[in-house]
Amino acid sequence: MGVTEIHAEATDITANAKKRYTAGVLKYRQMGYWQPDYVPSETDTICLFRITPQEGVDPVEAAAAVAGESSTATWTVVWTDRLTACDSYRAKAFKVEPVPGTPGQYFAWVAYDLILFEEGSIANMTASLIGNVFSFKPLKAARLEDMRIPVAYVKTFKGPPTGLVVERERLDKYGRPLLGATTKPKLGLSGRNYGRVIYEGLKGGLDFMKDDENINSQPFMHWRDRFLYVMDGVNKASAATGEVKGSYLNVTGATMEDIYERAEFAKELGSVVIMLDLVVGWSAIQSMANWARKHDMVVHMHRAGHGTYTRQKNHGVSFRVMAKWLRLAGVDHLHAGTAVGKLEGDPLTVQGYYNCCRDSYTRQDLPRGLFFDQDWADTRKVMPVASGGIHAGQMHQLVDLFGDDVILQFGGGTIGHPAGIQAGAVANRVALECIVKARNEGKNIKDEGPAILQKAAQTCTPLKQALETWKDVSFNYASTDTSDYATTPSVA
Amino acid sequence: MMTNPTGRLTQGQFSFLPDLTDAEINLQIEYGLRRGYAWSVEYTDDPHPRNTFWEMFGMPMFDLRDAAGVMLELRNCRQTFPHHYIRLVAFDSTRGIESITMSFIVNRPPSEPGFGLQRQEGPGRTLRYTLTPYATARPEGERY
Repeated sequence: MGVTEIHAEATDITANAKKRYTAGVLKYRQMGYWQPDYVPSETDTICLFRITPQEGVDPVEAAAAVAGESSTATWTVVWTDRLTACDSYRAKAFKVEPVPGTPGQYFAWVAYDLILFEEGSIANMTASLIGNVFSFKPLKAARLEDMRIPVAYVKTFKGPPTGLVVERERLDKYGRPLLGATTKPKLGLSGRNYGRVIYEGLKGGLDFMKDDENINSQPFMHWRDRFLYVMDGVNKASAATGEVKGSYLNVTGATMEDIYERAEFAKELGSVVIMLDLVVGWSAIQSMANWARKHDMVVHMHRAGHGTYTRQKNHGVSFRVMAKWLRLAGVDHLHAGTAVGKLEGDPLTVQGYYNCCRDSYTRQDLPRGLFFDQDWADTRKVMPVASGGIHAGQMHQLVDLFGDDVILQFGGGTIGHPAGIQAGAVANRVALECIVKARNEGKNIKDEGPAILQKAAQTCTPLKQALETWKDVSFNYASTDTSDYATTPSVA
Repeated sequence: MMTNPTGRLTQGQFSFLPDLTDAEINLQIEYGLRRGYAWSVEYTDDPHPRNTFWEMFGMPMFDLRDAAGVMLELRNCRQTFPHHYIRLVAFDSTRGIESITMSFIVNRPPSEPGFGLQRQEGPGRTLRYTLTPYATARPEGERY
């Protein structure tokens, strides 16, 4: 059947209530889930799905099925629809296009009425948008690529409890990226040994140290012991430098009661920041956002687990969508990729994630994977975190790619320094300050960066050692998640 | 003498680099002006990390678009308070920012003794920390 015939047939049935509600099975596109003439309203949520229909399944029918299964549809006609203003509740697929250069995949645009989602609830919205629909048999695969969340719905969320602007005011740190490091080894350090690493890193010049995502309260180090030693390191380092310092205390635990107990203790000890792992789930994240707002606490979000559903391009949820949900749910820091480090992400795509975290108004930008304009309606901004396999020798690339509002986190790149942790921290701080200074002076840091770093290293032995130790380290592998609209430059 | 690797207070954007020359300070001011920031000069003899409000050496220079004017104010401040900490602060009034966007130290006391850390023991091995600048034992204006 041609496109015109499909439309004609769909319209014929949906316009005729008797035909539409005769018991039996209809195609989704005949039930009102395909409306090519539909013009989304300002208050609609619009989702862009990448779908891979099974062999023989028409892409329009597949798109309609996505709209249906993510809203009101079940597999057969039900008369009880007629008790409701059912047209409002049906999501409407209104556009389908082949994915450029990828046979078998289609982009499907689907609109959802404002009434569909409970106000201020990521859990409720996601139960629809990524619920049953992702297991639907007629599709081989589906991926939520991007979404436009209407201002009307954005305003039902409180967003980041602190936000990057206020965080900088609390920390008294402006005009440069913040520096952090994850304590290594991830597992096995006692509380006392752990606190040593915190103290050395912060005294050496870092702003933050960080618990790893899988550090909670294991036999080798219980959480209370960790918090006590860490805060001693934080306060000693603050006295040694005259700067506000922090360490992300991971309060992730088995139950909400554990999480609250740990967060309360972090607060009692005077920590400026707590940390949560994404795996705690949406409701726990929103609960802790409320808690943090009440207690003036920064929430550091580690995106542990996201790669299971964000990485493969044909199935899952794009990280840009995760970033949008997390900004609304209310986190202050979010790991969003490095582009140059050991973890997945090509530079433009990663910049797209950063835009979702930091923009006041995100513009459509297809090479960066951003399909929609998104008005953030004054929602506070999330500080993105670049962490994973980065080192001082890449400082010019990182500052060039991400600008000032980012936390650059060098774990191995601090603790693995041949002259020790403080020296590692010094190398990173000097590298950062000389690159920011040069950029402000009008130098082209992208090209002149290596020379600028070498020059600074002449009067800074720790930087010289860092550049020498990691000079050949890069993770130059092809990314799996790239834009369909531009070729991807690789970072040497 | 502070014991961190720089031997001095490390607040601000450039404390790990050699002191900026006036020509280098000028370039930073120009960068801020190009971005539409307003500069101001602030000084203190209480460098506690949570002493947010340093004294303002005059009002923020909202209408000043010439780096030389900011440098003039800085020179006046240095002459008046040669042994104080002085910082240049840039402010961005863009909606959604409305905060400081640059801040760096441009004058320091000849000696920086740093901070003492007091620990008060509480129940359950908890500690309350108090950080005291050694210099603030003396009255304002007589510290460095």
